[in-house]
Amino acid sequence: MALMQIAEPGGFPSERRQQMRAVGIDLGTTNSLIAVVEDGAPKVLPDSNGAFLIPSVVHYEKDGDVLVGANAQSRVLTDPLNTLSSIKRLLGRGITDMPRLGNKLPYEVEVREGGMPTILTRYGPVSPVQVSSEILRCAVSAGKAYFGSEIDGAVITVPAYFDDSQRQATKDAATLAGIKVLRLLNEPTAAAIAYGLNESEEGIIAVYDLGGGTFDISILRLTKGVFEVLATGGNSALGGDDFDRVIADWLCEQTGIGPSIDPSTQRLVMTAARSAKEDLTLAECTSITTLGWRGVLSREHFYKMIDSLISETMRTCKRVMSDANVKSNQIREVVLVGGSSRIPLVREKVNDLFGCKARSELDPDQVVALGAAIQADNLAGNRQSEDMLLLDVLPLSLGIETMGGLTEKIIPRNTTIPVSKSQEFTTFKDGQTAMSIHIVQGERELVSDCRSLARFDLRDIPPMVAGSAKVLVTYEVDADGLLNVSAMEKTSQVVSRIEVKPSYGLDENEILRMLDDSIRYSKDDILIRNLREQQVEADRLIEDLTSALDRDSDMLTKNELLSLQQSIADLRIFRAECSDHNELSVRIGNVAKTSESFAERRMNKSIQLALAGQTLEALEKG
Amino acid sequence: MWRELPRLVYSLTLQVIKSKSYFAIFSLEMDWAIDLLLLKSRYLNLQKQFHPDKFLMKSSLEKRLAMQTASLINDAYDTLASPLKRAQYLLDLRGYDAQPERHTSCDGLFLMEQIELREELEMIEGQNQNQNTCKDLSERLGSFSTKIQHRYESLQNDFSESYAKGLLDNSFSVLGKMQFFAKLLDQVEDLESRLIICD
Repeated sequence: MALMQIAEPGGFPSERRQQMRAVGIDLGTTNSLIAVVEDGAPKVLPDSNGAFLIPSVVHYEKDGDVLVGANAQSRVLTDPLNTLSSIKRLLGRGITDMPRLGNKLPYEVEVREGGMPTILTRYGPVSPVQVSSEILRCAVSAGKAYFGSEIDGAVITVPAYFDDSQRQATKDAATLAGIKVLRLLNEPTAAAIAYGLNESEEGIIAVYDLGGGTFDISILRLTKGVFEVLATGGNSALGGDDFDRVIADWLCEQTGIGPSIDPSTQRLVMTAARSAKEDLTLAECTSITTLGWRGVLSREHFYKMIDSLISETMRTCKRVMSDANVKSNQIREVVLVGGSSRIPLVREKVNDLFGCKARSELDPDQVVALGAAIQADNLAGNRQSEDMLLLDVLPLSLGIETMGGLTEKIIPRNTTIPVSKSQEFTTFKDGQTAMSIHIVQGERELVSDCRSLARFDLRDIPPMVAGSAKVLVTYEVDADGLLNVSAMEKTSQVVSRIEVKPSYGLDENEILRMLDDSIRYSKDDILIRNLREQQVEADRLIEDLTSALDRDSDMLTKNELLSLQQSIADLRIFRAECSDHNELSVRIGNVAKTSESFAERRMNKSIQLALAGQTLEALEKG
Repeated sequence: MWRELPRLVYSLTLQVIKSKSYFAIFSLEMDWAIDLLLLKSRYLNLQKQFHPDKFLMKSSLEKRLAMQTASLINDAYDTLASPLKRAQYLLDLRGYDAQPERHTSCDGLFLMEQIELREELEMIEGQNQNQNTCKDLSERLGSFSTKIQHRYESLQNDFSESYAKGLLDNSFSVLGKMQFFAKLLDQVEDLESRLIICD
C-alpha cells in the first residue's frame, strides 16, 4: 500500500493531497471489469466470488430483486425475457437503429416517446441506461470492498467509435449508479496506456480492439509519456456477438428449426454457438450437440462464415491508416485487444495487414481496465510524475443541417479534443426571426444518413433583410468527447445554448427521479453521499485557494485579499457545521465566485510564464 | 436553454488578440517557413500544462478556462501545422479574404491545367467501374497522386519564397493554386479509400 498522507491537526497538506480512491471501469458488451493502481501497478479487482470478469448480464427477479453478473447469467436459459445481456448494443441508440439491432435481441424492446428504446421486463420497462447502471454499480461494489469505503471517482471506458449519444448515455448510467466520472476514456487509448507505461515506448503503434459487440482501430504516436491519437475508426455494432450469431444461424439451418424461435431456444442455440466459437480458437474442429442435433463444425467452415466480417475490420484499418497519414511500414507494433482478437484468423489477417509484431502479452480481456486504472490514478493526481499527457480525437465528424437537408461539417473527424469551432450562418427569408439548428454526427452528405444529436431554436432575431443576420454557431467538444453547442445572433447578441443530449439520453430530472425511485438506495444513503461529495468539494476549494494565496497573494489588492481570506475562513467553519448538502453547495459556489477573477489572473500569469519560457528557449537557441 | 454564453474573451484569447497571431503562442516568427519540429515540441509542452486532464481536481472555473485554453492551443497548432492553413492564415492576417470558396483564378494556363487534371482523375475513376484489376488501378492512381503531390510541394516553395519577399498579391495567387491541389489530393485519397473495398 502506498503511504497515506495525514494532515497536521488543524492544518492542510500544502503540496500532496490525500490519495484519491480512483478506479478504472471497462463497461463491456459481454463482460465488465474494475481495476485500481496499487503500489504503482494496475490490477483487476475480483468480485465477491473471486472472479475478475463480471458478465454484463442483469436479471430482474420476481420479488423485485436485481441480479448482476454471474448470478444473472445462470438465468439466461430459464428466464430469457427478464435476463438482459449485450445491453451495450442498445446504449445511446435511437429508434432508427432498431431495425438493425432490435430483431436480433432475445428480449422485448419497445420504443418509448422521445425515441429511446426500453426493454419490457417483469420489473416494468427498463432503459439501457438503467441496465448499464446496474452493471456499473456491481463493478463498483468490488471497488468498495477493496478500499473499505466509497470510491471517489472512476474513469469509464467507451469504444473510440461511440458517437455523442452513446457517450452521453454511458455518462448518464454512471451518474445513475452514483459514480463520479473523472473521464470517459476511449478503449483502444486505454489499452495503449497499459502497454505504453511498462517501458519507455516510442514510435507509432496501432491498437486493434475487437470486443464482444464493438470494433475499434486507433493509431497512436508515443513520445516520452505523450499518447497522441492520430486517427481512429471502427464499428460500434460489430464484435464477437456477431460471430456467435453467424454460427447460431447456421445451427438453426442445420437443425431444421426456422428463424422464428422462442427466446429460450434462441438463447440455447446462442450458447452452443459461443462455446463452439471458443473451442475453435484452439481446435481444428468441434462437435456440437444442441436441440437433439449432433454435428461437427470445422475451423475452416467457421472462417468462411466470418470472413466478410473480419474483412470489414481490415478495410476500416486501411482507411484509418490513410486518415492518420501513416503507411503500414511506419507502424512499429500492433496491440491486440478484446476477447475476439484471440481468433487465430483475426491474428493472421492483422499480421498480414500491418506486417509487424503483434502484442498480446497483457490479457486482451483485462488490458482496457488496466489502462483505465492508470489514467484514473493519473487524473486523480495520485501519481508522482506529472508528465503523462493524453491527446485523443473526435471519432466522427460533427455537422449542422443546412438548406436542402445537407450536412455542413463544423468539426471534421480525427480532430484533437478539446476543440471549439465557430461558423457563421445567415437568414434565408426577409424578416426571419428564428433559426432552427439541427446538430448531426457522421461522415455522409445527407442529414438523413447521419446521426441526429439534437435540435434547438434561436429565437428573437430582429427582423432583417435575408442574408444580413449573422448567426455564429459554436461547437465545443470537451475532453470526454462530449459536445456543447451555442448560437448567437451577432448584431442583437441574442444567445441560445444547448447541451447535446436530449435526443436519446435522459435529462437531469429524469436521472434524479430514477435515483429517488431506486429501491435499493435508501434516501438517507443518497443524502449522506451528497453531503460527503460537497464536503470533499469544499475541502478541495479551501486547499486550492490557500495554496494559491501562499504563492500569488501579491496579485490581489489588500481589500481583495482580506475578503478572500475571510470567505475561506467562513467556508471552513460552515463546512464543519453544515449538514445540508444544498446549503453547502451554495456556499461553495459563492466562494468560487468571489475567487473567479483571482483564478483568471493566475491562469493568465501561468500562460505568460509558459510563453516566456519558450521565448527564453528561443533566445538561447538563436 | 436560454443561458448566457461564457465570456468570449479569455486570458489566452486576449493574448492572441493583442499579438494578433497564433505564431506568438508558440513563440515563432510570423512566417510560412517555420520549424515544424519546434512547433510540435512547444505544442506538447503547452498541452502538458493546460490540458483539462491537468485541471481535473481544480474548481469548475479553472476547468472551464483550461478547456478553452487547450482548445485554442489545439486550433492554433492545427492551423500552423498544415502548409495550406498556415498560408491562408498568414494572408488572412494581412487582410486578404483567403477562404478557398472565395478564391477564383483568372490565370488561363492554370485553368487549362485544372481541367486536364480533373479529366485525368475522372478517367481513372471511370476505369474503376470498368472492373479493371484493382492492382492496375491502384498503381495508376498512385502515380497520379505522386504527380499531384510534387506539384503541390513546389507550389508551397513558391508561396514560401514569394511571402518572404513580401509579394503578397503573388502569394495570394499561389495560394489559390495550392487550394486547388489540396482539394484534388483529398479527392484522390477519397478514391483510394473507396478502392480499399475491392481488395
